[in-house]
Amino acid sequence: MVGRSGRKRLVLAADAAAQGLRLYPGMAATQARALCAELIAHDADPQGDAEALDRLALWALRLYAPIVAADPPAGLVIDASGAAHLFGGEDALLADMVTRLGAAGFSARAAMAGSWGAAHALARFIHAPTTIVPSDQSGRAIAHLPTWALRLPDGMADALGKMGIDTVGEIEAKPRAPLALRFGPELTRRLDQAYGRVSEPIEPVEAPELIQVRRMFAEPIGAPETLARYTLQLVEALCEALESKGLGARTLDMRFHRVDNRIEVIRVGMAKPVRDIKRLTRLLCDKLETIDPGFGVETMVLAAPIAEPLTWKPVATDLAEAPTPDVADLVDTLVNRLGAGRLYRAAPAQSDVPERSVRRVEPTAAPAGETWPAHWPQPTRLLSRPERIETLALMPDQPPTAFTWRGVRRRVKRADGPERIFGEWWRRDGEMDAVRDYFQLEDEAGERFWVFRRGDGEQPATGDLTWFLHGLFG
Amino acid sequence: MPIATSRAFDALRAAIEKIEAGGRAPKGVLPFGLAVLDQRLPGGGLALGALHEVAGGGNGAIDGTASALFAAGLAARTRGQVLWCVTRKDLFAPSLAQAGLAADRVIYVEATDEKSVLACFEEGLRHGGLGAVVGEVARLSMTASRRLQLCAEGSGTMGIAVRRWRRQAEAADFGPPTAAATRWRVTALPSSPLPAAGVGRPRWFVELIRCKAGECADFELEACDETGRLALPADLADRSLAPPAWQRRAAG
Repeated sequence: MVGRSGRKRLVLAADAAAQGLRLYPGMAATQARALCAELIAHDADPQGDAEALDRLALWALRLYAPIVAADPPAGLVIDASGAAHLFGGEDALLADMVTRLGAAGFSARAAMAGSWGAAHALARFIHAPTTIVPSDQSGRAIAHLPTWALRLPDGMADALGKMGIDTVGEIEAKPRAPLALRFGPELTRRLDQAYGRVSEPIEPVEAPELIQVRRMFAEPIGAPETLARYTLQLVEALCEALESKGLGARTLDMRFHRVDNRIEVIRVGMAKPVRDIKRLTRLLCDKLETIDPGFGVETMVLAAPIAEPLTWKPVATDLAEAPTPDVADLVDTLVNRLGAGRLYRAAPAQSDVPERSVRRVEPTAAPAGETWPAHWPQPTRLLSRPERIETLALMPDQPPTAFTWRGVRRRVKRADGPERIFGEWWRRDGEMDAVRDYFQLEDEAGERFWVFRRGDGEQPATGDLTWFLHGLFG
Repeated sequence: MPIATSRAFDALRAAIEKIEAGGRAPKGVLPFGLAVLDQRLPGGGLALGALHEVAGGGNGAIDGTASALFAAGLAARTRGQVLWCVTRKDLFAPSLAQAGLAADRVIYVEATDEKSVLACFEEGLRHGGLGAVVGEVARLSMTASRRLQLCAEGSGTMGIAVRRWRRQAEAADFGPPTAAATRWRVTALPSSPLPAAGVGRPRWFVELIRCKAGECADFELEACDETGRLALPADLADRSLAPPAWQRRAAG
């Protein structure tokens, strides 16, 4: 990428292949051409880049968090507080973001830290796709990064280098006054921002097509009851706006602009489009306790970043048929409280191996009507990892007559089996010949266990004849 | 009991029930379909809008196998979806399907701690659209159980607390009293004998430890079948009259 800076033509960006040829951003374009004859140079299009970045910011706003802004020239800044729970954690959110961007052809690195400055530095100077640093350790994490990481004006990092200061930690260790005298207030401001001592508000990107309502207050409000009351009013206004377009909300963002220029946010997600005032208010009010109003909130904004057409379905079509109660609202409440992935339904998977025979589906997925084959009784509790047991058993296919599990020896009174399960060679090479023989055992007290032997007892390739306990029957 | 007195008792019971219901319509009961069990329970079955507690006996107090199946059998015979709140991830869904609780009906909630299990339990009971809500908990205080009981009464959803302790010592006594309408302890017994070698239909020793407006009792039953129903073992159902106590003792 070649662009113009003042009167010089400079390399503005270089991809991985170009960087391998020692081309780096900031070198003269002619020098780059001299180094590499087959150089493919594109003219920079700053305006197009900025527009694309804005589009990307909108995409992130829909998908990830209520506060997103473009961070030119090539970054996005996202305030993920109050939004990560919908992805099941911060690491899951970042991983999802990098994967999706990668699939769209962007090479991206993501970092999460206690302040914009620290996250900005970590994303650009740590060579890992995702980095997460807890808020209280941000300072330590950026201490060893070069001074360029601080978003300093042109030339200041070089000037610092001449003074023998190479890393952020070294600036931090120096007395402030002489530094401020020499470099002006910008250096200490950037330093404080990176260390999270000075707040740096993010001006969130907004799109005209987003359905949103806002309410400003003459006097800042802060009491939880007041916040809840205005939440209800905003939801009513939003539902009216949604109704006029025939839409229902899938995601809701509520932003609380505080008097000290910070924005607190709530994001809730719904499994299906919803336009029910009571339900939406309930979901938002559940999260109000996570909001710190500080000295007061002066503006509340409620937006629906994802809205989908809402279709009404008749509840019951038959007089004799009782309507099936809808539990989607309960699912939404619990998902927003616990996080995604915590609620699921079990469904049969095409596998005979017990630990693979259950897959998780969305709690609101349509009922499939499938079930597991009922040839054999299935244990009520399946140990996450089969536990080794000591047994006395006749070969090749007799059940054990006694076994020792967790230090307790049990005599087997009754037994059933074997049920032979073959390894799934299409999943792993190691399972090519593997065989498990499952037995159901009952001890003298009447407790029932599910044990298996690795191997069929005749061919050594099928397993080493060790015994494991895998489940407990009721 | 003379008929007049029993009638007076019935009228009194009805009056008390009316006061307890607080203006809400009675929610009905879920009969077991076994006369021996149902006649021990007030109303002829397990109350629907109430909290019930189930624990395992012996090692079952820790692994919670028979108690979970007992709860699954109850939940299977209700209508609508079932919310099952757990903290440990070892519940094996195919076994619940074999107890009559189809996979499509159960929504699992995997909470991180007991506190959130109780919160989800309560949320599920309050919703009212579910058939039953099952929560696996170790501790259940009087306050927590009272809240659950009130939510269940309000919505008419059956709540089943499967008590599952971490250590045997904690399970020794059923813990402090709770507000649950009934308390059950289910212990595995040797399975029904088969004519050939093999494991027959599992049997349980089911104890009704506490029953509001009823008496304690214990039963030896066959475990849930594929529709969630318990059964009386054939050899017990059709046995001859029990010998007098002194004779039994003499026989050892």
